[in-house]
Amino acid sequence: MNQLRRKSKLEIWNLIAYLIVALYLIFLIFPLIKILRSSLDMPDGTRSLGNFKRFFSDPYYFKTLVNSFQVSIVVTFFSLILGVPLAYFYNMYQMKGKKFLQVVIILCSMSAPFIGAYSWILVLGRNGVITRFLESIFHFTMPNIYGFKGIVISLTSRLFPMVFLYTSGALKSIDNSLIEASQNLGIKGVKMFFKVIVPLCMPSILAASLIVFMRALADFGTPLMIGEGFRTFPVEIYNAYVGEVGQNFGFAAAISIVAISITAIVFLIQKWATSKFSFTINAMHTIESKKAKPGLNVFIHFYSYLLVSVAMLPQVYLWYTSFKNTSKSGNVFIDGYSLMSYREVMKRGLDTSIRNTAVVGFLAVAIILILAIFVSYLVVRRRSFKSQLIDTMSMIPYVLPGSVVGIALISSFNTKPLILTGTVAIIVISMVIRRIPYTIRSSVAILGQIPISMEEAAISLGSNKIKTFFGITVPMMGNGIISGALLSWVTIITELSTSIILYTAKSQTLTVFTYVFVSRGSDGQAAAVATVLSLFTIISLTVFMLFSKDKDVTM
Amino acid sequence: MSVNIHIKNAVKRFGNNTIIPDLSLDVQEGEFFTLLGPSGCGKTTLLRMIAGFNTIEGGDFYFNEKRINDLDPAKRNIGMVFQNYAIFPHLTVRKNVAFGLKNKKFPKDQIEELTDKFMKLVHVDEYANRIPERLSGGQQQRVALARALVIAPDVLLMDEPLSNLDAKLRVEMRGVIKKIHSDVGITTIYVTHDQEEAMAVSDRIAVMNEGEIQHIGSPKNVYQRPANVFVASFIGRTNMLKAELVIKAKKPYLCLPGGFEINIEGVKSEHMNDMDVQVSIRPEEFVLYDENEPGLKGTVTDNIFLGLNTHYNVTLATGEEVEIIQESSIQSTIEKGMKVSLQIKKEKINIFTADGSENILLGVKNDKKE
Ligand SMILES: Nc1ncnc2c1ncn2[C@@H]1O[C@H](COP(=O)(O)OP(=O)(O)O)[C@@H](O)[C@H]1O
Ligand SMILES: [Mg+2]
Repeated sequence: MNQLRRKSKLEIWNLIAYLIVALYLIFLIFPLIKILRSSLDMPDGTRSLGNFKRFFSDPYYFKTLVNSFQVSIVVTFFSLILGVPLAYFYNMYQMKGKKFLQVVIILCSMSAPFIGAYSWILVLGRNGVITRFLESIFHFTMPNIYGFKGIVISLTSRLFPMVFLYTSGALKSIDNSLIEASQNLGIKGVKMFFKVIVPLCMPSILAASLIVFMRALADFGTPLMIGEGFRTFPVEIYNAYVGEVGQNFGFAAAISIVAISITAIVFLIQKWATSKFSFTINAMHTIESKKAKPGLNVFIHFYSYLLVSVAMLPQVYLWYTSFKNTSKSGNVFIDGYSLMSYREVMKRGLDTSIRNTAVVGFLAVAIILILAIFVSYLVVRRRSFKSQLIDTMSMIPYVLPGSVVGIALISSFNTKPLILTGTVAIIVISMVIRRIPYTIRSSVAILGQIPISMEEAAISLGSNKIKTFFGITVPMMGNGIISGALLSWVTIITELSTSIILYTAKSQTLTVFTYVFVSRGSDGQAAAVATVLSLFTIISLTVFMLFSKDKDVTM
Repeated sequence: MSVNIHIKNAVKRFGNNTIIPDLSLDVQEGEFFTLLGPSGCGKTTLLRMIAGFNTIEGGDFYFNEKRINDLDPAKRNIGMVFQNYAIFPHLTVRKNVAFGLKNKKFPKDQIEELTDKFMKLVHVDEYANRIPERLSGGQQQRVALARALVIAPDVLLMDEPLSNLDAKLRVEMRGVIKKIHSDVGITTIYVTHDQEEAMAVSDRIAVMNEGEIQHIGSPKNVYQRPANVFVASFIGRTNMLKAELVIKAKKPYLCLPGGFEINIEGVKSEHMNDMDVQVSIRPEEFVLYDENEPGLKGTVTDNIFLGLNTHYNVTLATGEEVEIIQESSIQSTIEKGMKVSLQIKKEKINIFTADGSENILLGVKNDKKE
């Protein structure tokens, strides 16, 4: 009797837990198993490990792995070299226009990767504005930007902000007295930077480098755009899937499995490293930014603004070209300015893309929010085997490259009983899968900070469990969760690697729409759509900044 | 409507870890009852069992005649004040206080009236429309108190409500709590690890150690006639010395280290035989004399003048160190290195069996139930 009563009280949470487990099984585990099975399908209908053998034995494919690692290592290196000093200057010294700098840095990291790469092409590509300028005035031929160099430049300019944000977070938690103590001991300037600051920030720098590494490794849009002959494996998955030389699904699945294994290993190293090297520092008095000596002052301003402008200017140029007149075909810019590119894209369905983007983003964020709140509650407050299982499953998408998610979903839901291919729903689902680990992690952290006595107080005051959950727990998680959701929103509306696989004419989003124009060579129209997308991003970020006030931005 | 609380053979386990093996106690209606004990002894655990936030592995809990073991925490009609206040940060002070009344579906005007009354009672009415984040710790604690009391609970439970406040506020707030308790007259269980705070507010104190009750009694009794060595050393400061009980001509004598012997009174009849004992002598129960007088011989190793009192550290001839508090006199303080004789206010000291488990003197009042 007693036991029974207890059970029925918990039932609602049990029910939710089972529901969430079911959702994960259907939309995550099942597609992954499907991919795993497909990876064994040979083009001739037999089943074997042949696809894997082909990948590892054929230098043509294996090279893509080597290339991806090369790119990731170099990008991580440059992101650190650029990002750490920027964070140091930004936090230790007074600077003009700090807020502006911060906004631009975040904006750099938030734009769609392939649009970033595309704007670099507009500036430094074969027909790029700087390339042509140098050629016509100085008869100087720029070295080719396509391939390895272009990927590195484009990815670095997008990923160094990560290093900046993480390092800034670490610097903010250093107690000023540590700085004063080291100055007392005669350690100053560059010496202090290497002997005191860098070691103290090491855990965050390490975390940032691994994240940059992961992102660079899994990035799809950049090498697709600017890679040309330089092949990386995320693009190879896509190629095998769409089939430059006839679709080979089994092979795409096999590369996906290899990709998941690699990202999983990097992820595990990251987890291990951050747990091993993390220590907590409690800042009673955070670092106060000082006035730099005149020489240094000029240098830090020059460094920071130059870096940020170089990273941002290609995009600004992209916005600018969206207002230029183009030829009838839309492929060549001609003199004069007008909104003709915008008019053209309007005719071809800009409004549908905007609507799709908004619908996908909104639905995905809403689902993510609801799921994350429930999951974090189950994980933090109702520890059980079920909640452990959910917690573990919710981490899986961390290691899934976007194109893999796309392929997995499309191969799982193109037959009865559940046909979702070609719908907006499947894009929403894919976005939920890709973003949910981040929101769950942050919700778990937020809920973990809320003492359980808050809920107990409410219950002892006669509030029932459901009322307590919605009246006390959820509102207290509120602000943190909403700023997390806004970041998810921005990531979703700028996403390409999954939607490029899942889209149809009906369900195309702004990024896909941009890509379509880019691939047709309609630069003016591509620029117009990209500008609309940037506008969306900027508005979202502004809202985010208002919501999170001066809290740190983490992704 | 206040209740009495009756706990019989309570058991609490976390996994295989038994935190409370077997605990019984009674709290009278309207009483201010304090659970006092070192950190980790299970006070919070017991309180949360009463509140319904911990499962109960054994025993029975009653409010009056009603068994509450399986009653939903929301229906126990308990007011609870938490160590971290647990004020809802997204609600104003007024909404915090009104929270419980709303849940109980009180009519609007009555909610207003009661909320106002209790905010006035704890003096937070002027912050009624503020967000609690901007209140000081003491103010937040007052809000927590009002919020707990406004629902007219049968029982008020407080878990170290003052431990997050600074020393001065702590003293002020314990006065507030005591005053409100006597105004409202509600059965209260109060948890603290601070023995001075416990003595200042309680009608009765239950001293706990490792999940077991050691002594339940009035502050005066617990201090003056502690049930065992743990209670003697946990409540206040004391010097524990090894000694012998010697019966000569049917009279008990206490033979202290160095051969100083005093006749004593009030030894329980069952302990009237020669044996080793432990003696608890509080610092103020020593009297310092010139070295030529009879008494425990020793040398002053330190003195601290604190105004009202002067503290001395004395090393006895047998090597033990004792602490002594004397009222400061106008004569000069006894210097370090001086040899002294210590006499004892023998009616105040306590004598325990050699294992420290029992006070062998008459006058111990322990409401602990076996
Ligand atoms: N939820 C729990 N799970 C396991 N052990 C617990 C839990 N809560 C308390 N304990 C253990 O019970 C003992 C008593 O804790 P507690 O009641 O909080 O002590 P007090 O309040 O007297 O300081 C401690 O050893 C503590 O580690
Ligand atoms: Mg406690």
